[in-house]
Amino acid sequence: MSIDIETARRVAKLARIAVPESDLPELANEFSAILGFIEQLNEVDVDGIEPMTSVTPQRLKRRDDVVNDGGQQEAVLKNAPDAREGFFAVPKVVE
Amino acid sequence: MSELSKLKISEARDALKKGELTSVELTQACLSEIEKADALGAFVHKTPELALDMAKAADANKAGGDLNGIPLGIKDLFCTKGVPSQAASGILEGFKPEYESTVTTQLFADGAVMLGKLNMDEFAMGSSNETSVYGNAVNPWKRGNDDAQLTPGGSSGGSATAVAADLCLGATGTDTGGSIRQPAAFVGITGIKPTYGRVSRWGVVAFASSLDQAGPMTKDVRDAAIMLKAMSGHDPKDSTSADLAVPDFEAALTGDIRGKTIGIPKEYRMDGMPEEISKLWDDGTAMLKDAGAVIKDITLPHTQYALPAYYVIAPAEASSNLARYDGVRFGHRAKLDAGDGITEMYEKTRAEGFGDEVKRRVMIGTYVLSAGFYDAYYNRARKVRALIKRDFENVFADGVDAILTPATPSSAFELGAMKDADPVQMYLNDVFTVTTNLAGLPGIAVPAGLDKTGLPLGLQLIGRPWEEGDLLNTAYALEQSVQFVAKPNRWW
Repeated sequence: MSIDIETARRVAKLARIAVPESDLPELANEFSAILGFIEQLNEVDVDGIEPMTSVTPQRLKRRDDVVNDGGQQEAVLKNAPDAREGFFAVPKVVE
Repeated sequence: MSELSKLKISEARDALKKGELTSVELTQACLSEIEKADALGAFVHKTPELALDMAKAADANKAGGDLNGIPLGIKDLFCTKGVPSQAASGILEGFKPEYESTVTTQLFADGAVMLGKLNMDEFAMGSSNETSVYGNAVNPWKRGNDDAQLTPGGSSGGSATAVAADLCLGATGTDTGGSIRQPAAFVGITGIKPTYGRVSRWGVVAFASSLDQAGPMTKDVRDAAIMLKAMSGHDPKDSTSADLAVPDFEAALTGDIRGKTIGIPKEYRMDGMPEEISKLWDDGTAMLKDAGAVIKDITLPHTQYALPAYYVIAPAEASSNLARYDGVRFGHRAKLDAGDGITEMYEKTRAEGFGDEVKRRVMIGTYVLSAGFYDAYYNRARKVRALIKRDFENVFADGVDAILTPATPSSAFELGAMKDADPVQMYLNDVFTVTTNLAGLPGIAVPAGLDKTGLPLGLQLIGRPWEEGDLLNTAYALEQSVQFVAKPNRWW
């Protein structure tokens, strides 16, 4: 499958990665090569096969619905690029 | 003094217990080797003061475990409290975790000493350690008299280099598609990826959560058994961690494999396989037979679809996992222009912080999960994954105890050699290793010989789920037969 520049631009947007317009053709080519490789999967007969959800046959464990951690505001904010007054700070989101 | 860093974990453990050696002496020897080895690019964050404090504590502690006082290197993917942990990515620059990963917590509780953090491919995405923000890790081995710098493999390239060059006694690695076993093979050391769920993933920077497993990279099979025991065990903080007792893996090393059935999968004998790899595999098969194993030809019919399935599933999970790098909670945030909103902040932060291979995989993952393609790519890949797992279940049900394959399709290649190749060429490095990640099985790479240019080659053994002890014992028997003693000539 060949990926066009418009699709490459859309995927970059969905992934929230800024890609300069001049890099899109090369990116589209790389996507095409990788997807071409992946296309081999179409040769496999997968009729009646359930998609794998867990590689080990165990149910996902559930813990008790109780508070078991918390009160670590300082530690949580410690690595933030911009933290103010006990909050993560971001550019204005709501007008 | 410098000889001390060449010790194996088992040798150092015994000497420490007898009082013939102190952890401080051993740790200083390693730190001194690390200082002389910057050309190898293995240690990217050195923690000498912390190491000496831990060594002193170990010397004072009479009750430590097998790893008490043993100096280790820790892959940069593991979160270590107060010590930079950035998965070799620019987007985590300056990140110092406020918590300790379960694996390192357990290693330190056993008494292990951390020498520093080890180089790797960015977010563990790569097979040559060339995607690292820190620059290359370099293989201590050279091709004969050729001075060209070679890759130690990836993604655990720094771990491989550090162990092979005797900068530490052992190292942690992680393996999503072969990232422990391929580098171990490229530098002539042992590396095991345990059964999925054996080792907690908590505090290990996530790449592809259904495939990632941590494991040890060591100088021999015994050391792998010792270190794996300390790393393993149930962790309530990882919902996929298995609530199973951890056996004494070292006690399983009898070397007796009489009557064991070793499967040789015909699909791994690929077109164009180099003669040397083919011969290595045949020789390994003959050695296991001589040791009393029964050799059985087997078929794993979906093998050729493992890599394409992996390159749907791993990027899909990566695109989801790496969504957290948004410039809000940790790491890098791009400088914004006037008028930029939150979307521009995400887009610029991620464009600046991620390297090319990471961007490529995140975007491929985004594509295969996007509306209209989810079924065609992601669900189909998960179905093929179920078939790959079933192939293994069938051969195990037929009485096969372990499967022998080559570890890699070649020996270590030159740094930069794949620069202009299409990304798929690099992915082919994992052709023999990726199946076990998809099937959740344990796999171990053991050095098995040298190629004609004098570079190490490895063989891989794949075991039944949760039977790492038996797998390690088969690897031990192979190691006893191979007697691999070659070391790289020191040039750094």
